Amino acid sequence: MGLEIINTLILLLLVVAALVALRVKDLITASVVFGVYSFLMCLLWAEMGAVDVAFTEATVGAGISTVVLVATIFNLKRKSSD
Amino acid sequence: MKNASLIPVVLVGFLLFYASIDFPEWGDPQSPASTADVSSHFIAKTGVDTEVPNMVTAVLADYRGFDTMLETVVVFIAGMAVLAILRNFSRKKPVKRGHEVSVEPDLIVTNTVRLVVPVIQIFSFYVLAHGHVSPGGGFQGGVLMGASFILIALSWDLERALTRFSINRCMVVAALGILLYAGIGVLSMALGGEFLDYAELEKVLPVSREMARYHAMLGVEIGVGFTVTAIMFALYANLSSRGRLEGGL
Repeated sequence: MGLEIINTLILLLLVVAALVALRVKDLITASVVFGVYSFLMCLLWAEMGAVDVAFTEATVGAGISTVVLVATIFNLKRKSSD
Repeated sequence: MKNASLIPVVLVGFLLFYASIDFPEWGDPQSPASTADVSSHFIAKTGVDTEVPNMVTAVLADYRGFDTMLETVVVFIAGMAVLAILRNFSRKKPVKRGHEVSVEPDLIVTNTVRLVVPVIQIFSFYVLAHGHVSPGGGFQGGVLMGASFILIALSWDLERALTRFSINRCMVVAALGILLYAGIGVLSMALGGEFLDYAELEKVLPVSREMARYHAMLGVEIGVGFTVTAIMFALYANLSSRGRLEGGL
């Protein structure tokens, strides 16, 4: 029962993070929120027992992708036009 | 136009929700994935065939080794593509970017990174070498190793990280990783098996057929780790500096 509450919470936060990442104008914020999304996904996988996938998601999704996205955005326009 | 695009999105979302009603319960032993012969075969045979306790690694690096090799090649090609597009071979004077300011690296940040980087690197070796027993493996270990170099580049500047791991060396290491992976495959072919049939390596290793597969998997994972480390750092170095390979972020 306790696990289901945590699962529901994580899934709700996932939806919120996805919507925020789409709506926000500042691209740096969007990429950081995207990192949050990845980390929530990692928690979900770890909780389901797929620890290998969770590990990959934490390193690649939440770690390197965010850094590479931020590094790229510093060389582009920071504001999204739509 | 923006509102019109909402209609297919909502429609597809509804269809996906509708399809998800048919999904089996999570962890249901009667679900098709659990009752199929494939999963029970791997659960029963992995430990016997390869002596590897972590089934995921065994499937990834042995049973499905060809797939993982080409996955590594995909990472390699992605890195090469970014290098080919961004790397600035011309000697034009660089333009200063708007956010760039020349300040000394922060004392607290650099000293923390001095402490943390060795720990990250040792942990990445552990993740790489212990991937047979616990979660981990070449991809995760390689990414951690690449992240330690990125951390150096973030807290000082790119030059400092590049004196430790230059772009030319990145390319050599990335290619070496794939060569190591494919070399183990070709070696097992030369010894009479098929491509990536690690069991044949028992003829050159002083171990049983099962342990030959175990050790060959470690070799393969090290190859993956090499490529991923080099490509991750090369990606960051080129993307953060528009291919000029200098300055901080």
